[in-house]
Amino acid sequence: MNAIIEIENLSKTYASGLAALTGVSLDILRGEILALLGPNGAGKTTLISTVCGIVNKTSGSITVDGHDNVTAFREARKLIGLVPQELHLSIFETVWDTVNFSRHLFGKASDPAYIESILKKLSLWDKKDSKIVALSGGMKRRVLIAKALAHEPRILFLDEPTAGVDVALRQDLWNVVRTLRDDGVTVILTTHYIEEAEELADRVGVINKGGLVLIEDKATLMRKMGQKKLTLQLDTVLTTVPKSLKKYNLEVHGDGKVLHYAFDSKQGTAEIAGLLNDLARAKISYNDLHTEQSSLEDIFLKLVS
Amino acid sequence: MMNTRAVQTIFMAEMKRFFRTIGQSLISPVISTVLYFVVFGAAIGSRIQQINGVEYGAFIVPGLIMLSILTQAVSNASFGIYFPRFSGTIYEYLAAPISAVEMVLGFVGAAAAKSLLIGVVILATSWFFVPLEIRHPFWMIAFLLLTAITFSLLGFIIGLWADGFEKLQIIPLLIITPLTFLGGSFYSINVLPPFWKTVSLFNPVVYLVSGFRWSFNEVADVNVELSLAATFGFLVLCLAIVAWIFKTGYRLKT
Repeated sequence: MNAIIEIENLSKTYASGLAALTGVSLDILRGEILALLGPNGAGKTTLISTVCGIVNKTSGSITVDGHDNVTAFREARKLIGLVPQELHLSIFETVWDTVNFSRHLFGKASDPAYIESILKKLSLWDKKDSKIVALSGGMKRRVLIAKALAHEPRILFLDEPTAGVDVALRQDLWNVVRTLRDDGVTVILTTHYIEEAEELADRVGVINKGGLVLIEDKATLMRKMGQKKLTLQLDTVLTTVPKSLKKYNLEVHGDGKVLHYAFDSKQGTAEIAGLLNDLARAKISYNDLHTEQSSLEDIFLKLVS
Repeated sequence: MMNTRAVQTIFMAEMKRFFRTIGQSLISPVISTVLYFVVFGAAIGSRIQQINGVEYGAFIVPGLIMLSILTQAVSNASFGIYFPRFSGTIYEYLAAPISAVEMVLGFVGAAAAKSLLIGVVILATSWFFVPLEIRHPFWMIAFLLLTAITFSLLGFIIGLWADGFEKLQIIPLLIITPLTFLGGSFYSINVLPPFWKTVSLFNPVVYLVSGFRWSFNEVADVNVELSLAATFGFLVLCLAIVAWIFKTGYRLKT
């Protein structure tokens, strides 16, 4: 896979003096779903806005499929669709009109069959003659996605697409994103919901204080960063950890009947076998055990704290 | 390659807003024109009789048209660009493959077209009240076009600069309306004392009204070529400011 967007050493300092981005370099791969995680004010929206041409960069360079996003802005922007975070819509327009308006702004001739197909894909077809003002928040969010797709972009930016959206709609939107990826569209989404990144993304980037803290294949990231925890339900009460087990990172919980063992998943299962043998030698018996892998959420909190 | 479809789309979307409220868009300027005729034409005009050989009623028509075009061009253009900034829908224009020139053509073109339309309606309304003759129709059209475009550009600048509805109102209210009323719309600046006449010559509206009035009945406060040159100068100034705004991204992309 090669990069469809190349961002090099991108910085943005707003007129107020706020440095929203400080030297971000990032390659976005063709056809992937990339999730950008980060706390509020981390610079996620600024990054997206700079790539899309809504905000001028201070320094650095951005190319979209080989086109510089400033000197060759027409070619670059034609490839990109943007779904903003806020519900910015002309409320007195109908769904049909506003989606066609977006297509025409990109210089494309009308194509009713194509617009019909995206409205159907987004379950908006029966609302096509409704005015935006009459739609629910979730429907408005769909309209924004339809508008972003109206000019047949190859890259779609979704800025917090599921903020304030109910569970059913969130699942729907996730399905839409997957369908788009299957059609070969590169999707970049920012989110607060770790669950969303875990569910959808091929790669995860973490942004904090204007810098890219990490960018990694999701599975590798979880393997690499993931802490595992082994929990043992003991038969008898244990007040202190015996000397022979001191080398393990053990904690006694639940009035001495639960033993927690935290270990790095990188070390594999050899450590567990060793612990279980040592427990048998120390005559500590147990009736149940299970392991848990830490989630992206834990990893994320560790990175940004 | 120019994105002409985008220009056309922006232009039509702006015109659609105008036609959606066609009643208020056209009726209110017509009513205010009729009121001006009643107050200035009938009440005051009956005492003034003639200015430079022209009936007072006919004398004020060019000023009235200019007054409406100026205010309409500024308010339409400033609102046209301010509203998407206010509502957030501006993102779509900025993220689309549209150049600065195309944005200006769409927004300013529509505002100029709307104000011209209103100017024509007022001219037609005036015909019911006073006998009018237009001696230099080409000059008249040139002044109309130049004024509509220049003041739509000025409105566009105000709409980009404003960061609240108050600021959107304040320039038209504090600067444009006084300049228009003091710009010889309803009188010849030759009736002013010499000092105030000199002050008036710094008012760009004087040149617009004078040149425009000359195209009707060859009565002018300043030389018509000078009027045209001054109007052009103001157009170039507005264009330069708009170019600077897009170059720096001021209030749009910063």
